[in-house]
Amino acid sequence: MIRILAALLLMALPLRAEEIVSGVSQTGVSITTSFDGAAILIYGAAIRDAPAPDGPLMEVIITVEGPETPLVIRKKERVAGIWVNRGAVKIASAPSYYAVATTGDLTDILKPAEDEKYHISVAQKIQASGVAVADQADYLAALQRIKVASGSYKLARETVLLLRQALFRTDVTLPANLVEGTYKVRIFLTRGGMVVDQQDSQIEVRKEGIERTLYRLAMDQPLEYGILSLALALLAGLAASELFRRLRL
Amino acid sequence: MQFYLPIAEVSVNVFVLLGLGGIVGFLSGMFGVGGGFLITPLLILIGVPSGVAVATGANQVVASSISGVLAQFKRRAVDMPMGAVLTAGGLVGSTFGGWVFNLMSKLGQIDLFVQLSYVLFLGLVGGMMLIESINAMRRSDKTMVRRSHVHSWVHRMPVKMKFRTSGLYISVLPPLGVGAMVGFLSAIMGVGGGFVMVPAMIYLLGMPTKVVVGTSLLQITFVTAYTTLVHAVTHHTVDMALALLLIVGGVLGAQVGAKVGVRLKAEQLRILLSLMVLLVAGKIAYDLLATPDELFSVTVVKA
Repeated sequence: MIRILAALLLMALPLRAEEIVSGVSQTGVSITTSFDGAAILIYGAAIRDAPAPDGPLMEVIITVEGPETPLVIRKKERVAGIWVNRGAVKIASAPSYYAVATTGDLTDILKPAEDEKYHISVAQKIQASGVAVADQADYLAALQRIKVASGSYKLARETVLLLRQALFRTDVTLPANLVEGTYKVRIFLTRGGMVVDQQDSQIEVRKEGIERTLYRLAMDQPLEYGILSLALALLAGLAASELFRRLRL
Repeated sequence: MQFYLPIAEVSVNVFVLLGLGGIVGFLSGMFGVGGGFLITPLLILIGVPSGVAVATGANQVVASSISGVLAQFKRRAVDMPMGAVLTAGGLVGSTFGGWVFNLMSKLGQIDLFVQLSYVLFLGLVGGMMLIESINAMRRSDKTMVRRSHVHSWVHRMPVKMKFRTSGLYISVLPPLGVGAMVGFLSAIMGVGGGFVMVPAMIYLLGMPTKVVVGTSLLQITFVTAYTTLVHAVTHHTVDMALALLLIVGGVLGAQVGAKVGVRLKAEQLRILLSLMVLLVAGKIAYDLLATPDELFSVTVVKA
């Protein structure tokens, strides 16, 4: 019994040698009418039983990802003089939002095999489905380009501040065009390209107040919502003509 | 001041939206058109998803046409039976348009289809209006004789009906067809369709000009209301907050526009309107022809 425990302990020890303790500045984001993006502070420290091992230095990778959705990427081609969508590649799931913050260049601090295992880089997060097209790589590159341009994907190198190989912090800005849902925060510690420890937490992004009421009504009772929209339009139209009729008198 | 739109799921500047509504309202007040053909492309331009722009555009047109139709009622310038026939056709056309909209969305060609519709219809109507109003300006010596009764193929079709207010005894098929066409455009383009219906009523159906505006507004009110409901129920794309902001801006702009409009001559107004319509058509045509900066586009697939 003791021998088994000892073996387990030995196996567990290298993993437990360094452990992340972390927090996020807010665990919930409310989308209200005045919502114009949010800044979230993610911070933490590496706790060690023993002094930091010699050899490769500790690096930190922090990812924040929004709810995943299937996507279609389309490519335009010139047909009879006008630009028409011709080719298409379906993506089984891609995060609506994805930010990677690191202490260094991702290729330096993370081995490809580890990336494949933990799905850290954007390329690993996006999975194509169906038959692969010849120029699939172009489509995937375009998806990244478009998402980066719109602020939905952020690949920020060296934005994690690491102090004394122990304390770390980063700021992640969530854009205004945010999708509701659970946002997953992952923190990885790496040494020599290998993941030493991982810790996950969550941020709930929810519409609140009138935003929530309207959204739920539009989704759950679309007919009532439609009628309400019309009634509002009707009322506004009537009120306007009445108001200006009186003003003219 | 930023405002997060609950359905479009984008944050927009309130003053940009009020201004947009105001400008479109100003033009619609000046020219007596709904302005849907301007609002939908402009909304897409500021980053509102095209589905939301079309559905909310329709909702906005309901508000701007309802106050118009009430004013026309007081002047007894609405042909009710004709409005009913046009509306019946419009509902059929709108339903079919909604179906085509779905089909094209699935094929990934909806943007192209909407753009081509805009270029075709705005180009055609704008061009015709420009030529017609330039000719009218040249004939300012008023030698034109108004023919009250033109017997064309419209009068030879079956199922005739009497339209007292318009002083017509014609087949119901042509108005049904015109109504259906306009309903179709309403569902596809998010417009009221007045710019197609008004010329069709005058030149094709031979209706007297004084009842044309009121009757077309009646049809537009019902058809865009129906279109709004269809989009709300099937696509959940009507953004009430967006519509309300546009309506508020539009209502204020329309009053100013109407005052400016009175000072201009009818021919000048029509030349200005036709130039504006052609400008929108030209811009969209250019976008189709010019090599885009980004050849790829990303669409979220709804579960």
